[in-house]
Amino acid sequence: MGSFSIFPERASTSAGEVDALYGFLLLVGIGMTLLIFASVFFFAIKYRRKSDNDRPKLIHGSLPLEITWSVIPFLVMLVMFVWGTKLYFQNYTPPRQGTLDIYVTGKQWMWKMQHPTGQREINELHVPLGRPVKLILASEDVVHSFYIPAFRLKHDVVPGSYETFWFEATKLGRYRIFCAEYCGTDHSRMTGWVTVMEPAAYESWLSGGSASGSMAEQGEKLFQQYGCASCHITEAQGRGPSLRNVFGHPVVLEDGRTVMADEAYIRESIQNPNAKIVKGYPRDLMPVFQGQIDEEGLLQLVVYVKSLSPPAPAKSAVTAKDVSNPGRAK
Amino acid sequence: MSTTLQPPSPGIEAKANYLNADYGWKSWLFTTDHKRIALLYLFSITTFFFIGGAFAVLMRIHLLSPEGMFDNDTYNKLFTMHGIIMVFFFLVPSIPATLGNFLIPMMIGSRDLAFPRINLLSWYIYIFGGIFTLMAVVRGGVDTGWTFYAPFSSTYSNTHVILAAVGVFVSGFSSILTGLNFIVTIHKMRCPGMTWSRLPLFVWAHYATALIQVLGTPVIAITLVLLGLERILHAGIFDPTLGGDPILFQHLFWFYSHPAVYIMILPGMAVMSELVACYSRKRIFGYGFVAFSSLGIAVLSFLVWGHHLFVSGQSMYASMVFSFMSMAVAVPSAIKVFNWTATMYRGSISWDTPMLYAFGFIGLFTMGGLTGLFLATMAIDVHVTDTYFVIAHFHYVMVGGMVMAYMGGLHFWFPKITGRLYPEGWAKFAALVIFVGFNLTFFPQFILGYLGMPRRYATYPEEFHLLNVMSTAGASILGVGYVIPMIYLAWAWRNGPLSPQNPWKAKGLEWEQSPTPPPTFNFDTPPIVTEPAYNYSGEVEEEAHG
Repeated sequence: MGSFSIFPERASTSAGEVDALYGFLLLVGIGMTLLIFASVFFFAIKYRRKSDNDRPKLIHGSLPLEITWSVIPFLVMLVMFVWGTKLYFQNYTPPRQGTLDIYVTGKQWMWKMQHPTGQREINELHVPLGRPVKLILASEDVVHSFYIPAFRLKHDVVPGSYETFWFEATKLGRYRIFCAEYCGTDHSRMTGWVTVMEPAAYESWLSGGSASGSMAEQGEKLFQQYGCASCHITEAQGRGPSLRNVFGHPVVLEDGRTVMADEAYIRESIQNPNAKIVKGYPRDLMPVFQGQIDEEGLLQLVVYVKSLSPPAPAKSAVTAKDVSNPGRAK
Repeated sequence: MSTTLQPPSPGIEAKANYLNADYGWKSWLFTTDHKRIALLYLFSITTFFFIGGAFAVLMRIHLLSPEGMFDNDTYNKLFTMHGIIMVFFFLVPSIPATLGNFLIPMMIGSRDLAFPRINLLSWYIYIFGGIFTLMAVVRGGVDTGWTFYAPFSSTYSNTHVILAAVGVFVSGFSSILTGLNFIVTIHKMRCPGMTWSRLPLFVWAHYATALIQVLGTPVIAITLVLLGLERILHAGIFDPTLGGDPILFQHLFWFYSHPAVYIMILPGMAVMSELVACYSRKRIFGYGFVAFSSLGIAVLSFLVWGHHLFVSGQSMYASMVFSFMSMAVAVPSAIKVFNWTATMYRGSISWDTPMLYAFGFIGLFTMGGLTGLFLATMAIDVHVTDTYFVIAHFHYVMVGGMVMAYMGGLHFWFPKITGRLYPEGWAKFAALVIFVGFNLTFFPQFILGYLGMPRRYATYPEEFHLLNVMSTAGASILGVGYVIPMIYLAWAWRNGPLSPQNPWKAKGLEWEQSPTPPPTFNFDTPPIVTEPAYNYSGEVEEEAHG
């Protein structure tokens, strides 16, 4: 076990910040606990019953005291609240640009990772040091939770939607991945390792290549295989809307709403096309693919659609002004 | 203490009381006497406590080794059944159905609850629900966790989910009926002079509990029905492959189950107020604040459920509101702790066993409450939720708080219930063993949690081994600590020295105006209240506030 610590290793930008907040809470918590313990023991000893005929004087209470011990704890809690909320938003909102996107599928009882370049791993995740990495989390079956204690981060992996998880690793090494949401028999074996590598080493690891091509290429194959290409013609108007430059842009719907075409939107439109109809197209035009393509295949299709929208120049990223709800992607 | 007592008057056994009024099984199983029903509950709840405890013992044995003693499925069933039995069949009914049932009519000067037959019905419903759940256990168990999260429970688990869920569903009605009975009783059955501002704080806290029981429990019933519909008929409610939403289940489940936490702890607080007042010989400091903080908790408890969903993909802005509300609900709890502590100031403090439990409650509940703030702080929650930190936190509240209060209350009212005194030396020893065993069991789990060990893990990495061994060692001490009172209380029930009417010189109708043990209709002469609650200083004044 070596040296014993109450802190796990710190290996991400968020780890130190979470620990600092934890330290503050520990300080308050220990202080309060000591205060209460000390008062109880002091009173219990000092005012210990001397005789069975003791008749202590009546004390009703004290409004100033009641106010003091309501307001001061409340103010301290406000500090916790503001600090904790700020850090939560920071840790749960991925940078809008420049992230390395990796796709993670949880299923009973393993983690499957797909890198955009096509590499696949099971229960292993290789990432470069010092670069923001965004994981898109999908579940094939039940609710899982992707947890890396060394990064102080976790996020549930919910079937039927995509969740995102981002971090920037700050220390080379191998750190544990746990499934933190109970998912059945081998829940406790749904674990793995994240390996943080020097960026150069990561590049050469990636260049090891993949037999089946990049994720986008695999997605394109599925796109042909499922006949998507016959309606969603890339360069012209087909029966369905063209998918060029759709991803990352707002889409106007038949009911007048505008939604952001993110991963969750693309997934939903494959699984259940009638959920959101693009303006100008009829319902029930496209078959429902719910249950026909597994989560990994869906992620490949999403990456393919993504690849049809080349990364926007910095300017248009700013004009995509809708600060899309950073909450549940659905 | 017992050595200084007056010798009981001869012939006290001969006097008719609720215990010797009638014998035979019919007089128990068809009784409508709230005191006898309380005892029916006491025995059934104690049985469930030891069944749930046995599962806990097996869990801790399993976790002695990183690879586990049993297979994963067995462990998964153990923690599920431990949770279901302890939450729904011990913690929720524990104090209200036993001490509350026994004492509320006596404390307000009534001869029974408002609906004695509904009271008996609630016990039968509880037993009926318990039988379903035990059937699920006997037939092979359930493995969903006590939280029944969908779609695992509705689609993937192949254990006896429906049986267990029916058990929980049924027992919920028992809780609703008890709550309803308390509300009506407290409103309508108070004796002359028992105004709201003279009510013992025990009654106030039970009133708040009853409100949650009546308003919250139907929601878990609905949730379990929906779960059953999906599991049996494949109605798409929670499973996304059927068109459902798994997060919806979590919202519904916690909409009941977080307030339920307060169903479990408020009655503990109820007992605490009585213990601290009696053993400090003082009126509770800030009576009005303690009374209204119970109601404050009851109201706020319905607005915090979303703090169980900070990592589930719930909107971050919703999470922010829930985080704030969760901090806010800590304020009334803190008010109570401060007021109990302040009550001891310049009191006359006895170190009798119930007060030792009260000391334990104040300390451990404070730690449980403060670690609750860690979980309400979102950035910390992201790291520690679903780890052993959460396990430690709620065991500090539930076992360190609620069970301590329950044990304290059982000892305090033991003479009232049985007419006999328990052996003080053994009782003090057991209280100490429980305190030490408890902390050794659960404190290491805070550290395990921050180090990242997830809960519900049948196997775990080697680096968590030492702390798990410590926790198991503590659990074995804690287990012994619970068995000792079982033995001496059972012994004292038959063989303990007879108790005078009011062995602790406590205030309150149940001690001052009712014989010990009480007669079937509680009072020999109709009680009248002429002084405020906890009038230990004997000052005749009536400027009670609150």
